[in-house]
Amino acid sequence: MGARAVGQALPHDSARLHVSGLAAYTDDLPEPRDLLHVAVGMSRCAHARIHGIDLTAVAVATGVVDTCVAAEIPGENNCGPIIHDEQILAADVAEYAGHALFAVAAETVDQARKAVRLARIDYEELEAILDPLQAVAKKSFVLPSETLRRGNPEGAIARAPHRLKRRLRLGGQDQFYLEGHIAMAIPQEDDGLLVYSSTQHPDEVQHLVAAATGRPVKNVVCICRRMGGAFGGKESQAATIACIAAIMATKTGRACKLRLDRDDDMIMTGKRHDFVIEYEVGFGDDGRIHGIDFMFASRCGISADLSGPVNDRTMFHCDNAYFLENINIVSHRCKTNTVSNTAFRGFGGPQGMHAIEYVIDDIARSLGLDPVQVRRRNFYGIGERNVTPYLQVVEDNIIGGIFDQLEHSASYVERRREIRDFNAASTVLKRGIAMTPVKFGISFTATHLNQAGALVHVYRDGTAHLNHGGTEMGQGLFIKVAQVAADELGVSVDKIRINASDTSKVPNASATAASSGSDMNGKAAQIACAKIRGRLTEFAARHFNVAESQIGFGDNRVAIGKTSLSFAELVQLAWLHRVQLWASGFYKTPKIHYDRSTFSGRPFFYYAYGGAVSEVVVDTLTGEYRVTRVDILHDCGDSLNPAMDIGQVEGGFIQGMGWLTSEELCWNAAGELTTHAPSTYKIPTCSDLPVDFRVQLLANAGNREDTIYRSKAVGEPPLMLALSVFHAIRDAIASPTRPLPELQAPATPEAVLRAIEGWAS
Amino acid sequence: MGSTVKFVLDGEIIELKDVDPTRTVLQFLREDLRRTGTKEGCAEGDCGACTVVIAELNRDSDGVQLKAINSCIQFLPTLHGKQLITVESLQRKNAGPHPVQQAMVDCHGSQCGFCTPGFVMSLFALYKSNPRPSRTEIDDALAGNLCRCTGYRPIIAAANAMYELPPAASEPLHAATLAQLEVSDSLHIEHGARNFFAPTTREELAALLAKYPRATLLAGGTDVGLWVTKQHRVLDTVIYTARVAGLQQIAVSRTHIEIGAAVSLAAAMEAIVAHYPALDDLFRRFASPPIRNAGTLGGNIANGSPIGDSMPALMVAGTTLTLMSAAGEREIALEDFYLDYQVKDLKAGEFLAQIRIPLPEKNVVLHSHKLSKRFDQDISAVCSAYRLQLDAGRVASFAMACGGMAATIRRARHCEAALNGQPWTAASIDKAMLALAEDFAPISDMRSSAAYRLRAAQNMLRRFFLETSGELESSVYRYGR
Repeated sequence: MGARAVGQALPHDSARLHVSGLAAYTDDLPEPRDLLHVAVGMSRCAHARIHGIDLTAVAVATGVVDTCVAAEIPGENNCGPIIHDEQILAADVAEYAGHALFAVAAETVDQARKAVRLARIDYEELEAILDPLQAVAKKSFVLPSETLRRGNPEGAIARAPHRLKRRLRLGGQDQFYLEGHIAMAIPQEDDGLLVYSSTQHPDEVQHLVAAATGRPVKNVVCICRRMGGAFGGKESQAATIACIAAIMATKTGRACKLRLDRDDDMIMTGKRHDFVIEYEVGFGDDGRIHGIDFMFASRCGISADLSGPVNDRTMFHCDNAYFLENINIVSHRCKTNTVSNTAFRGFGGPQGMHAIEYVIDDIARSLGLDPVQVRRRNFYGIGERNVTPYLQVVEDNIIGGIFDQLEHSASYVERRREIRDFNAASTVLKRGIAMTPVKFGISFTATHLNQAGALVHVYRDGTAHLNHGGTEMGQGLFIKVAQVAADELGVSVDKIRINASDTSKVPNASATAASSGSDMNGKAAQIACAKIRGRLTEFAARHFNVAESQIGFGDNRVAIGKTSLSFAELVQLAWLHRVQLWASGFYKTPKIHYDRSTFSGRPFFYYAYGGAVSEVVVDTLTGEYRVTRVDILHDCGDSLNPAMDIGQVEGGFIQGMGWLTSEELCWNAAGELTTHAPSTYKIPTCSDLPVDFRVQLLANAGNREDTIYRSKAVGEPPLMLALSVFHAIRDAIASPTRPLPELQAPATPEAVLRAIEGWAS
Repeated sequence: MGSTVKFVLDGEIIELKDVDPTRTVLQFLREDLRRTGTKEGCAEGDCGACTVVIAELNRDSDGVQLKAINSCIQFLPTLHGKQLITVESLQRKNAGPHPVQQAMVDCHGSQCGFCTPGFVMSLFALYKSNPRPSRTEIDDALAGNLCRCTGYRPIIAAANAMYELPPAASEPLHAATLAQLEVSDSLHIEHGARNFFAPTTREELAALLAKYPRATLLAGGTDVGLWVTKQHRVLDTVIYTARVAGLQQIAVSRTHIEIGAAVSLAAAMEAIVAHYPALDDLFRRFASPPIRNAGTLGGNIANGSPIGDSMPALMVAGTTLTLMSAAGEREIALEDFYLDYQVKDLKAGEFLAQIRIPLPEKNVVLHSHKLSKRFDQDISAVCSAYRLQLDAGRVASFAMACGGMAATIRRARHCEAALNGQPWTAASIDKAMLALAEDFAPISDMRSSAAYRLRAAQNMLRRFFLETSGELESSVYRYGR
């Protein structure tokens, strides 16, 4: 059957629009003539009782049309996605520096932003908790602490020939999508409200906007054609922005747009959780772990947001690819007077994996072994040693094979030897190398979220209109699903019109998150298209009096017995015979189940795997370093679109590298974030890309589970390949006097020099 | 004296009267023209999503000179006499994509696409100015553009592939139209009670400043722009220096490099590196091409930030400044110019006219080390500069200045004293490193801790010793490149 679209390295469906400036983001949409612009007034105190918000000067400022404080919100003052514990506008107590207190709508952006500065807020400052350890000491939590325990960790640690313990600090990360948060709410007739939002979760925006404005959900429509990046930062956070725009639109009866300035965006919206991690491990002479005890304390900020599942995923990924038979994990979800932290690519997984990789590196260095050997000795087995701490059996383990292939293709052994020789002769510059694995569980851990819908219309000219519940943030989801739909209908991709995510087309969709976008929406679209094709097949068999088995679709044609028609001709004929030419598709991920009360079950449909070898050179006088070479081998199953998948692998890796190296979030003593713009918060630039960057997708990988065309999810897993960069730096600076350097993440030049010279921060 | 801002856009002459003098080029494009291809990512010139290209007629040849700039912090009247090229200019109706755009598509150089127009414009400036860039030149050309999705590899691939594609049927350059612009006279825009002046001579500038001593002097706008976009300040009187011919010259006398205060950082650096090649490493890391194209050396100096990167090196080189006012001129040593945090020896009505950098003497080594979290486009935690003259293994003269270590950029006198007259040995350096702790008591902030600033400054001095004594030949930045 004809040329397949699936598996082709097609360009992003919007690539031509991106490069010509014609791709419309929310701020580029035509503006209604009556549009007002909204700005948000924020708390300057980290924790304070609000005795008064005097907006007299604000209200009379040039261009100002209306203002709003918490008490004036027409509906529910809540934007908490899971637990209703976060107010859209703080009513009585400001809980972090940056907490939204009021909103202003004015004729221009400039007027609204200027007016905000005229407010007089009466604060009574309260004691603030600014650090996770402080929160643990005060038992300040957004959610109850959790413990996962298997085997006999204390006994195994006590009996082990060797023991190590350590406390680590691991920094957070701002998503730094290039397009900041934005929403535009446009009142419609009869109480309707149309919301354009840069969101990964239009359904949640629809529901929260409806609640905040006191409307039934049916009266709100949320649309998002594309985001200028998201990375988890627009999963729950977009709702707050949309709610404020919608509240002002409801109050004024005019269209309202809220576009956050970059600084406000970084101050007001959540980030990757930073962690304090403690471990104690007992291990054998061979480096194999006998028992381990982990304590995780994460900065959740003022509310639960997505911190529950984020921290659960930390617990699920502190094994990475290793069999940990005797384990105790304690997870504290700390309430701090800082912005409420949220989803970011990896969703807690990276922090868990950082913890165990640090343990493995410590074990290897303390025994004088190659860390790669210790990693291999602890890998999950095949058919044995294959049960995770949450009791899922690892059935699809391929990490050993990936390591074998990568060790060879990256010449790891030879290079490690050569680096040893170099370092022996070099006093200032030191090189290091590390190879680390990734095993990442695919599915939402909340089982009910693993459902997706699609809506496909075939028109009488044989072209088709495609909607599904997924959103496009640059990852290439829309082109991948279009490839699936094209193959299912037997037409070329150019016959498929890709449309904006729209809650009036596909309802109740989960966030595009957990790397699940193409797995779930691809299947849903396939199911919808299969229904249409089935009806066409049935019709053609009847009409042309041939067996259904004699009918085939492909290359924009339909073979019917010995003759053939164009797809468009068959569709036209079917329409004349009153055949339904549109269909919806619904998919729910099979096999998964999970009992949160016992932390056991099968939360993940399957695992995605990968490995990376990174090499660095460090200046031991200043702590500066460069990544000189990276080799990656990553498992995407049978790729739906290798160009998109390589893009995810490379981009995820560099983003992970930023998290572990130059991206540092800082707060001052008053609890204000001091790194809230690109001038102070440093994501990687072009020259940080290793000169020698070799990325391969694992060939003929497949997927033992029945995923869409046996592909694997790729959004998040590659981020954690960057752990190899961190450990290559650690390898470079380990010395006879400091064999286990105290390197903290992010490994800024300062952190590196501190680890080299052994001084405290 | 004109009051109309005139510039070229897509071959048309645009004439604007009564413009808000601090309206940014980006606001003009997005809000007034609804030309939304150019994006706002940060409104402070640090992400590059707003990158556009400015074309100016070459003074000494027929062609035009192209510069990528950040439209988010450029005020609209600064376009006077120039051509503005945006992403929409590259692909006109019914024409195919420009090779730069096609290469980005072919190489999968966009994912979310929001940074893409900015990258396309930086690549376009590179395409028109460098026929075959190296990887380092590509990195440098893109240092002011952030991409959060791709990890840059496919964009670098596009930067190579664009040269392999057939050239565009026509390039969006309109030199003839540009030449028709009549913009030789001075500009004065009145907007309500606010004024914008763009004088063309130093005398005119001095007279304006005498009349409006509290006026904001605007050069490249890479700092003043943020006063408006971030601090929402209203600037009542702005005097723009970049059209003053007498501030635009670079001359090399027998003893000095003389740089007009309004010369761009890019042009000034080129002139300085020709005589002080060791400063190339510093200048490559100094801001980004769009900032270096717009920003001026005079602005960097007169702004007087304690973290300005040009001043340590210029200070140890013995640079002097020519300050001018309606009353006349005076000369001051750069090291005497900074009195305290943001306080300069600059009287009301006075402006910086010229920077005079002594040419290097024989047997003098001048070098500067910059330290920051990120290699490109990052503000220094510490920036040190050294001038060393050796005589038979002894230090005949040593000068050192540091940025990021105190409220002003200043010399390290204790450290200098510890080395002057001493043998140039590791033992002397150990003592000098200790002396450096007497020179500076730096602060902790988001860029680094006080302890790191001092320790790194000490270690960088050791690095300078190792480099000059031939014990250290490479840096991490050159390693493997």
